[in-house]
Amino acid sequence: MTDASHGPVITTGALVHESDAIRVAVNGATTSVAAGRGASVTPAPPAGPAGTGARRRLVDRRWFVIVGGAIIPVALLLTWQLVSTSGLVPVSMLPSPEMVWLAAVDLAQRGLLGLYVAISTQRVFIGFAIGAAFGLAVGALVGLSRLGDILLSPTLGAIRAVPSLAWVPLLILWFGIAEDSKIILIAIGAFFPVYTIVAAALRHVDPHLLEAGRAFGLRGFRLFTAVQLPAVVPSVISALRLALAQAWLFLVAAELIASSMGLGFLLVDSGNNGRIDRIFLAIILLAILGKLTDALVGLFERWAVRKWA
Amino acid sequence: MTAASAIARDASAAGRANAETAAKSSSTAATRTSAADAATAATGTTTAASSSAAAAPVSLRGIGRAFASQSGDRQVLRDIDLEIAAGEIVAILGPSGCGKSTLLRIAGGLDQPTQGEALIDGEAVKPFDPRSAVGFQEPRLLPWRTIADNVALGLPRSTSRAAGREQVARLLDLVGLAEFAGHRPREVSGGMAQRTSLARALARNPAVLLLDEPFGALDALTRLKMQDLLLDVHAAEPATVLLVTHDVDEALQLADRVILLGHEPETPGAVVTQTIVVPGHRPRDRGSAELAELRARLLDGLGIDRHGSARGIETTTTIPHYPY
Repeated sequence: MTDASHGPVITTGALVHESDAIRVAVNGATTSVAAGRGASVTPAPPAGPAGTGARRRLVDRRWFVIVGGAIIPVALLLTWQLVSTSGLVPVSMLPSPEMVWLAAVDLAQRGLLGLYVAISTQRVFIGFAIGAAFGLAVGALVGLSRLGDILLSPTLGAIRAVPSLAWVPLLILWFGIAEDSKIILIAIGAFFPVYTIVAAALRHVDPHLLEAGRAFGLRGFRLFTAVQLPAVVPSVISALRLALAQAWLFLVAAELIASSMGLGFLLVDSGNNGRIDRIFLAIILLAILGKLTDALVGLFERWAVRKWA
Repeated sequence: MTAASAIARDASAAGRANAETAAKSSSTAATRTSAADAATAATGTTTAASSSAAAAPVSLRGIGRAFASQSGDRQVLRDIDLEIAAGEIVAILGPSGCGKSTLLRIAGGLDQPTQGEALIDGEAVKPFDPRSAVGFQEPRLLPWRTIADNVALGLPRSTSRAAGREQVARLLDLVGLAEFAGHRPREVSGGMAQRTSLARALARNPAVLLLDEPFGALDALTRLKMQDLLLDVHAAEPATVLLVTHDVDEALQLADRVILLGHEPETPGAVVTQTIVVPGHRPRDRGSAELAELRARLLDGLGIDRHGSARGIETTTTIPHYPY
């Protein structure tokens, strides 16, 4: 585990920790995590129908959004190609894009590339699903019930303060180096953003709307489904997005330490063998996979914002 | 009492404006209901489809409310006694922060009094009492629901799906929002949102309708239209109405009786400082001289100088104080 990969864990945790300024924290954290994976956050479409009649501005056109988003990646690729082929930096430090591509083809021919990508994605999804489900349940409990808040908040706050890597030795001792320990670590990573944001959002549902709901005879579960749940849907989706980013983060942490396959294993294995082309390949794959899964949640978010907000 | 005699009584009451009070105070829930039915028939609105709950009388007995604060309890209301007949419209007027809304919330079971008791139809008010419905100062609509679905929120739980749809359509028609049933609250104006809120309160089929400055946030013209709408609604869906307002004209235009809350010197907590029975049947002439006098008296009670004496105009009124 290097300092570079340890840094973001702490940063994200700290941002999530500020539950009072939760919306700012969510946005800030989402943006920073996504940016860290070389992705851009697509802003939610403005609420309400777009202005009609007026000429659409350039930044509203679909082709420009796609081309504009591709400008920096293409420029980076070109610069990379120039720098590596001009001999400015030795290839042992910076392999050319072609070398990385060939490394990908080589791994694919051995049947390892698909396997690594599949196993990493599977770990992320299972861990994310478990962590997010627990996060939703516990977040709802703490956010809705004052008693739940009093009983659980301090303990969960303390557990959240434990750096993710501190769990690794314990998880390996308890659950071995098989899938269990990795998925639990990823679930821990996905749990906290969801728990924190959902609890805070439920606690801050407009009291006026709640009172109106109660005044019209809604109580308990009916009040929850009619008022509280819809009110927090946008926050829940932000939380899921952040949790997914955290899940990828914790995946690498899990795979870096004890694994025989996956992208984290590829990273650590290539580091030991000096295969810098494969290191680059693993990093690029993580960026692409992270962005793709984030985009999936983003699609869901756009649908939900249209429906609920 | 038959509907016909109710109309006759109302007609004779119209002739003798001040006699209305006597008629009202002696009326029981049963007679008010038949009078209400007569009013419904007179306006030609069909309420047959809805099982309209009979308007119920409201009694506030020795109501006091103190809020705990860091410097000890802060008494907001004290010794409020108020009997409201079934079907009556009572406006509560008072300066800002005098506890008007608190009194209304107590009547609806949204808040509990620290002293005294609130009764609807002789029974103690329960928390969030199902017999009353509240129209809040802000519309408080659920932004993710359509106008129609927001109105449906007010329907009693036992309503069947089909009956509910019918009721919502009828109420939207009543408040003139039938075309906007499928819109979201953010897509309609403030006045429409407030009308939706009113329809939602009516959907509950309340015996007591509690309105907390319902038109306070609207522009002056919309407010006048909403006042007329409320009168139409009251004719179509008779309920006892308790209306909190800070608008003297609104109170005089809508209410049978205006209760003025205010502070007595040296004692904490607001009390009823004046009760004014508004003469004449609704809708009232907004420019009548009689109302202008009452207006002056109410403004005086609110501590507003009407600057009449500066021009040599007599400030005392010719209308005697209640009870007559």
